[in-house]
Amino acid sequence: MTKKQKNVLYRIIIAAVLVAGLAVADHMLDLPKLPKLLIYLVPYFVIGYDILKKAGKGILNKQVFDENFLMAVATVGAMCLGEFQEGVAVMLFYQIGELFQSCAVGRSRKNIAALMDIRPDYANVMVDGQLKKVDPDEVEIGAEIVVNPGEKVPIDGVIVEGSTTLNTSALTGESVPREAACGDEIISGCINMTAVIKVRTTKEFGDSTVSKILDLVENSSMKKSRSENFITRFAKYYTPAVCYSALALAALPPVFRMLMGMDACFGDWVIRALTFLVISCPCALVISIPLSFFGGIGCASTNGILVKGSNYLEALADTKYIVFDKTGTLTKGVFEVTGSYPANGFTKEQLLYYAAYAESGSSHPISVSLKQAFMASAGDKASSDAEDAEGKMNLEHVENIEEIAGHGVQAVVDKKQVAAGNARLMKRLGLEIENTHEGGTVVHVAVDTVYAGCITISDVVKPTSEAAMKALKKSGIKQTVMLTGDAKKTADQVAAQIGIDVVKSELLPADKVSEVEKLLEAKSEKEKLAFVGDGINDAPVLSRADIGIAMGALGSDAAIEAADIVLMDDDPAKISLAMKISLRTLKIVKQNIIFALAVKAVCLVLGALGIANMWLAIFADVGVMVIAVLNATRALKIRP
Amino acid sequence: MKKTYGVEVDCANCAAKMEEAVKATKGVKDASLSFMTLKLKVEFDEGADVDAVMKEAYKNCKKVEDDCEIFL
Repeated sequence: MTKKQKNVLYRIIIAAVLVAGLAVADHMLDLPKLPKLLIYLVPYFVIGYDILKKAGKGILNKQVFDENFLMAVATVGAMCLGEFQEGVAVMLFYQIGELFQSCAVGRSRKNIAALMDIRPDYANVMVDGQLKKVDPDEVEIGAEIVVNPGEKVPIDGVIVEGSTTLNTSALTGESVPREAACGDEIISGCINMTAVIKVRTTKEFGDSTVSKILDLVENSSMKKSRSENFITRFAKYYTPAVCYSALALAALPPVFRMLMGMDACFGDWVIRALTFLVISCPCALVISIPLSFFGGIGCASTNGILVKGSNYLEALADTKYIVFDKTGTLTKGVFEVTGSYPANGFTKEQLLYYAAYAESGSSHPISVSLKQAFMASAGDKASSDAEDAEGKMNLEHVENIEEIAGHGVQAVVDKKQVAAGNARLMKRLGLEIENTHEGGTVVHVAVDTVYAGCITISDVVKPTSEAAMKALKKSGIKQTVMLTGDAKKTADQVAAQIGIDVVKSELLPADKVSEVEKLLEAKSEKEKLAFVGDGINDAPVLSRADIGIAMGALGSDAAIEAADIVLMDDDPAKISLAMKISLRTLKIVKQNIIFALAVKAVCLVLGALGIANMWLAIFADVGVMVIAVLNATRALKIRP
Repeated sequence: MKKTYGVEVDCANCAAKMEEAVKATKGVKDASLSFMTLKLKVEFDEGADVDAVMKEAYKNCKKVEDDCEIFL
């Protein structure tokens, strides 16, 4: 509890003891009205002086209709009518409720902060041969820091000494640890698990991943959702409306009764009006809605989904169309050898061997994937050829590498003339080829002017893509669309494999924007469209869609900047998880709105009819608020 | 020009009122107050004197909600 909260607690205890004592004394002595009023004023001021002061200041500042005013009028009114005990009790319970609320909010604030507890407190810097703990803010770019096992990596950097296992779950929600060795880039916020490493920083603390994420999550509640704005507007009209209704309730029926020649019963109607006022306080709504959204956002971020604002979390629930970029989003964006088709008596191993060595001088993605495939197969066999088993290629095998632009390469491998490249290259060499292999890029190989076969290389679909599409359909997505710059054949094949509804292929980057715009126009206003990309050269589309989702954005500043929702790892399945969190959060918000309004409406009617007393009124105010706050904190605990 | 300030306020409704008050202050282009994080983000007009504007904004906040604090 804070000092302020403790203060209120003491006042509550003192006032409660006084009231209890007075009630007993009152019962035995049966005092006349005036002294009785005077002694009840003591606990009344102890518990309510600040409320009265605030109400007075509110009137002076022309801010009449707030809850302080409501409480002041209600209790002063009760005292004037001789209902001393009720007057003090209402104030007392109001303060208890406020204290409870303040504690509940404080606790959920702390819970959320704990979820996001990735802020590193210090960095270990070597000064004069001794390790010193310094504020990460003070570490300069290029400085060397030491991260011990169990510590958080404070600043983004490159490992210069040692190798270890990193736990990235706080950042990505991914529980499988990641291996990192000397020369690898590591990002701040990961936890070093096994060994001491030395890291050379590449960024300042303020620009490091961990700072960016914290900043993003903390600012997310600044972008308010429609429901929040609705409640703020609602409260603006609601409070004055209730005050005037209460005034009318106090004045009109007695006047009417007098005109009809009946007893006016002024006191009775005033009490009803005051009860009405206490019930009406809108705080349950005003507090629980931002709290639910904040909980939902906090929950998402522990799962590696960063949501930049409550409005985006809200919009996600209305998403009916999802447009995907292909490369890097649904596929790994890395080329891999997917098939080899030897001919004329060559074996698969030989084919790969010649292709990899011929391409060994190039850093083109195709060449890299050939080399990787070769090294992987060599490693698998732990073969007789020592160099290959070590996973390194012995470049003595190859000489006279010659690139033929637009065709491929020619080289001498083990004294044999090898050519590797496309169909045109084979044609140039006057060789017949059987081109029947589909999808991706095909590399043909010729050895000493004999056609040796071909190897197909293509981008591989992520293992979770197919399941992700199914999950999205289940969560109510009407249409999934894939946009790609790739050839139609490749695109259709990928789409069929993972179950995409619509494919648009052979698009230039600018075409992607116009395709998304077409889709935006075609859908209805209420349905939202999300675009999912990897953040590389699709920033314009990300910002054009209703919701831009960037994927695998860990460490990519441009993507974090352009997107509304950032998935920290590469898993497309996280999209349906994000939708689930969004739907659950909105459900909680709706529950709270309906629950609070319904209870209040019923109590208001009961109050106006004179059935509800002050005690029920206090429940309708404070009780509803506490229940709504507790319900809101459930949003934190949504499980996938 | 954007700046973020810490605030102290007890109820969500009061926070909304403070936000309105800061927005209405001259020299403030836009403002957003998050009750959950107790942070006030203010975007100032071009060439505004930040300190003077924030003093004025603080005064305006005090008017609508006496029990509040902005850590300038």
